[in-house]
Amino acid sequence: MAKINIKIEGVPYQVEEGLTILEAAKACGYEIPTLCAFNHGECNKGSCRVCLVEATGARGLVASCVYPINEGMEITISSPKAAAARRASVELLLSNHSMLCQTCDKNEKCELLHVARITGARDGMFQGTQTPVTVDEISPSIVRDTSKCVLCGRCVARCANAHGNGVIGFQNRGFRTIIGPAENRAFTDSPCILCGQCVNVCPTGALMEKSEISKVDEAFAAGKYVVVQTAPAVRAALGEEFGMKIGTPVTGKMVAALRRLGFKKVFDTNYAADLTIMEEATELLSRIKNGGALPMLTSCSPGWVNYAEVYYGDCLDHISSCKSPHEMQGAILKHYYAAKIGVNPEDMFVVSIMPCTAKKFEKERDALKTKGLADVDAVLTTRELGKLIKRSGINFTKLPDEEFDSDIIGEYTGAGVIFGVTGGVMEAALRTAYYVLTGEEHAEIKFEQVRGFDGIKEASFNLAGMEVNVAVAHGMKNAKVLMDEIRAGTSKYHFIEVMGCPGGCINGGGQPYVRECFLPNEDADIMDTYKEKRAQALYSEDERQTLRQSHNNPQIKALYDEFLGEPNSHLAHELLHTHYGARKPFPEKE
Amino acid sequence: MFIKNFDELAKIQASCTTALSGKFSGEGNKRAIVLCGGTGCLSSNSADIKAKIEAKLEEKGLTDRVSVNLVGCFGFCSQGPFVKIYPEDTLYRLVTLDDVDEIIEKDIIGGEVVERLLYVDPSTLEKVTKQEDINFYKKQVRISLDGCGVINPEDINEALGAGAFAGLAKALQMDRADVIKEVLDSGLRGRGGGGFPTGRKWQFAYAQPDGEKYVVCNGDEGDPGAFMDRSILEGNPLAVIEGMAIAGYAIGAQNGYFYVRAEYPIAVNRLRLAIKQAEEVGLLGDNILGTDFSFRAHIRLGAGAFVCGEETALLNSIEGQRGMPRPRPPFPAVKGLWECPTIVNNVESLACVPYILRNGAEKFAQYGTEKSKGTKVFALGGKVNNVGLVEIPMGTTLRELIYDIGGGIPDGKKFKAIQTGGPSGGCLTEKDLDVAIDFDSLVAKGSMMGSGGAIVMDEDNCMVDVAKFYMEFICDESCGKCTPCRVGTKRLLEYLEKICDGKATMQDLEELEALAETIKAGSLCALGQTAANPVLSTLKSFRDEYIAHIVDKKCPAKVCKNLMSYAIDPDKCVGCGLCERQCPVSAIIKTDYVAPGHKLPSRKILDDKCIKCGLCMSSCKKFNAIEKK
Repeated sequence: MAKINIKIEGVPYQVEEGLTILEAAKACGYEIPTLCAFNHGECNKGSCRVCLVEATGARGLVASCVYPINEGMEITISSPKAAAARRASVELLLSNHSMLCQTCDKNEKCELLHVARITGARDGMFQGTQTPVTVDEISPSIVRDTSKCVLCGRCVARCANAHGNGVIGFQNRGFRTIIGPAENRAFTDSPCILCGQCVNVCPTGALMEKSEISKVDEAFAAGKYVVVQTAPAVRAALGEEFGMKIGTPVTGKMVAALRRLGFKKVFDTNYAADLTIMEEATELLSRIKNGGALPMLTSCSPGWVNYAEVYYGDCLDHISSCKSPHEMQGAILKHYYAAKIGVNPEDMFVVSIMPCTAKKFEKERDALKTKGLADVDAVLTTRELGKLIKRSGINFTKLPDEEFDSDIIGEYTGAGVIFGVTGGVMEAALRTAYYVLTGEEHAEIKFEQVRGFDGIKEASFNLAGMEVNVAVAHGMKNAKVLMDEIRAGTSKYHFIEVMGCPGGCINGGGQPYVRECFLPNEDADIMDTYKEKRAQALYSEDERQTLRQSHNNPQIKALYDEFLGEPNSHLAHELLHTHYGARKPFPEKE
Repeated sequence: MFIKNFDELAKIQASCTTALSGKFSGEGNKRAIVLCGGTGCLSSNSADIKAKIEAKLEEKGLTDRVSVNLVGCFGFCSQGPFVKIYPEDTLYRLVTLDDVDEIIEKDIIGGEVVERLLYVDPSTLEKVTKQEDINFYKKQVRISLDGCGVINPEDINEALGAGAFAGLAKALQMDRADVIKEVLDSGLRGRGGGGFPTGRKWQFAYAQPDGEKYVVCNGDEGDPGAFMDRSILEGNPLAVIEGMAIAGYAIGAQNGYFYVRAEYPIAVNRLRLAIKQAEEVGLLGDNILGTDFSFRAHIRLGAGAFVCGEETALLNSIEGQRGMPRPRPPFPAVKGLWECPTIVNNVESLACVPYILRNGAEKFAQYGTEKSKGTKVFALGGKVNNVGLVEIPMGTTLRELIYDIGGGIPDGKKFKAIQTGGPSGGCLTEKDLDVAIDFDSLVAKGSMMGSGGAIVMDEDNCMVDVAKFYMEFICDESCGKCTPCRVGTKRLLEYLEKICDGKATMQDLEELEALAETIKAGSLCALGQTAANPVLSTLKSFRDEYIAHIVDKKCPAKVCKNLMSYAIDPDKCVGCGLCERQCPVSAIIKTDYVAPGHKLPSRKILDDKCIKCGLCMSSCKKFNAIEKK
């Protein structure tokens, strides 16, 4: 890329051609405040006007996030005119904001407060009426509170980029403009899959997960036998809530913290991930042998299952009937483990710590009740766990490392750990499918072809003379490509892994927020590398395990030997499998 | 009829011209009746009048001797509906259904002019028979309105007879660059508001690498009171189509989009019909006139958002996106519709293009000032006698516009201001009346040309109230994208409301001004950047009115309800009690006082009950005993 000469505050710099003023200034070491510009132009609308600067050759002030630099341009960030305009934009936003900062869950991660601080916005500068407010608290996953929305459009862009369908958008005009699903519907009355990607990018508290911390409090208060399980991706990101560098695995400290929070048992959902692999690999091979619907699609991601039910109701027989791992674990806890330890299953309260907002919805499905009991009673996101730990006065970074409980259940293999990253379920399944077919371990444990962050990954494997074509998709935009092939009858695959969120669970809608402005100690390219760093935390844990194939998990073997019989047995179906139903994208309003 | 080449076009044009001039000159002893078929006159029954005329002609057995058709807008809308009779060129105005019999019997059969339907010059009180002799038309020059009110907009033959497509034919025999040069030389500047040189826009798009390019015609006319684009599309749609095709040829585009608001059904229907007729004769489509130039025109309807007149919001809307402006650069000429090089030209601009090509740049440039060539259409309205559409050469003064063409201020009131440029424009006052109207002089005086709205205000207009009116409009029409416009205009409006309510302080006025400057400097698109103009411009010329509201708690024009009251002069009141009966809130009561010379006790108004609706005052026209205070 050619370099061009610019000046910022009178200082000459050489920067890459084609950058915006904001990018060029960043490369030269300046931080121009902004709200709407996010993640290298993923959302660059020039709409918030918080990044206004003066630039030669332009009329008046320009939005640095969208204005391209050119040769010889002189940029002034600090002029009183520009500084006052930036401040005024923030003050105007604040004048139409609910200003309940003390009680807002976003408080310490709020970018509006951040830009208010750096622009020097004054209290109550502009006062007047506020835009009519919508608060949607209907879904179990996400709360939308338009009184906190700054209309930056990042959520709109993320929804469109991740999923292609863009469930949320701008509506109404002028001062009455809000963002929401069509017709200002509730998320549950729209095609929203509740993945929480919008929550991940929201600069304020306008989009948040629906907190279930109080539900957990009540269970403790009621004297329930409260057990907890954590999804693999949580350990790769929880440390970020406590200022640790992105990609720091915190498995041991997380377990120690959960024990100190009073959970009777602390389990790893990876145990059930291994169980899922046994069930899913068996199901796949049975479909291949018996002419079942192929390709088979994974069912671990509840956002993806929601998407399939809304958009591909005619293809649901392709989705594996396996419950997602934490639901399997809940069923095993209540209907196997409880009896083993002498607890009444009705007194057991299962909490899942998940990187996901859609899991909150998933746990409420009727089809995920076993013998009248919900498999999982509460789902907390990684962020909520962070809050719970802080609330309890636990100094997370100083905690010792502790081990998960694994008295009867709970042991896990490396195959379960990598479920948290795109391609992980596929890799785990391949490790076991090879064994089931051949009775031997595959020579190479790693299946590199299904790793990485390409939107769609595909590979072919010769498993004991059987040619198996597989594909991996993450983000619904990519899944749609593969689903349209299935619908058209042209899909060449046998097995497809789909994850709702781009990158898989490590980038789930319940994971800690990644914001450059709050991460001064991370690398400048952290927005590009954080997913990889979190993924690496999981792959390294896989490599540290002595057991790395699900079928070698001794407790899983024991579970089949003494309780379930064999994979896909009648009892396994009763406890570990589910079914799906087509849904309308826009149900008729009552 | 399919026109294969230039020669055929010339022949057909010649025969159409003969036919059209024959119609006007009464060839074959025939007569022709034309009626205004613009939206305004149609809503005043001109279609029914036409039907009744036809029925009457049928009844009298005159159908083969007298033709009847609708034409486009005559412009003088306050006097419509118009009926014009050829070859005598008699113009009847304010015609109703009841006048039809008389027109047919007296004029068509009897050969006598129906005097009572003629326009009366208010200054001389003389009756005027011919359109060209009416003062309203005398200083006008019709270039973009050419053909409007003359030809039948639903008949391509009449358009061809009036010279349509001669400009395109000429262009197609020139180099593309020469076509652009002709437009550049003419000095044509964008009529939609910005005044950017049209030829320069074309050059930018022309300079882009070959590939898909588009011409877009901006017919999203949104200024309150402006309707020139609608009238052109209703009156001579083929002129705009021809202009678009010439633009397409010049920049290398094969497709054009008309973006017209859905509230203009007549314009849309005539445009649709005109496109179809042009396609049928081969003036749109593949290999036009045997050349390798192919061009098609498409129509997209807008839902009526003011912001979609902003070119990038308009492009988003055509693409099916929400009508919100895009940041510029990149400019549409580089990256426009579906990311292809695109020029967006206003209806009026494109309507000038055939004239320029047909008659040459010099002919066009003979009108106007040094930097603003040609003519401009204004929608003259408000407190002025002659309301309607006027097309005047650039350089005409505001005084000529208001007094010579507009006929001055009604009811002997005093002129106060003229608002030009629509909501984004500003107010000009008495001292500006001799300004020669052009793009730059209006800007220099703190207003702008805009799309040509011209609203006259008199002493009864409160300028704070006027600013508030425009701010309400802007506030409603802000797209909601950028912060200063979305929130800032709302806050501006709230300051204005506070002032009009008499609750503001001088501190508020300072903050109002600062905020207005902030919105101007910080907004994303032209709508936001000019959104504060109504405030800034009225503050510039009428700061004393603001201060009167704030400090004296008085509205000098007695418009703002919180700052004025109605009062009954007890000595003028005859005690008839009409006002008391009219008052919807029983705020008027009888007093004990009987004025000298009167028999009944006078009435008085209870201020705390009065809602200031003004009904009492209008009910007392006879005695004039009620006044505003």
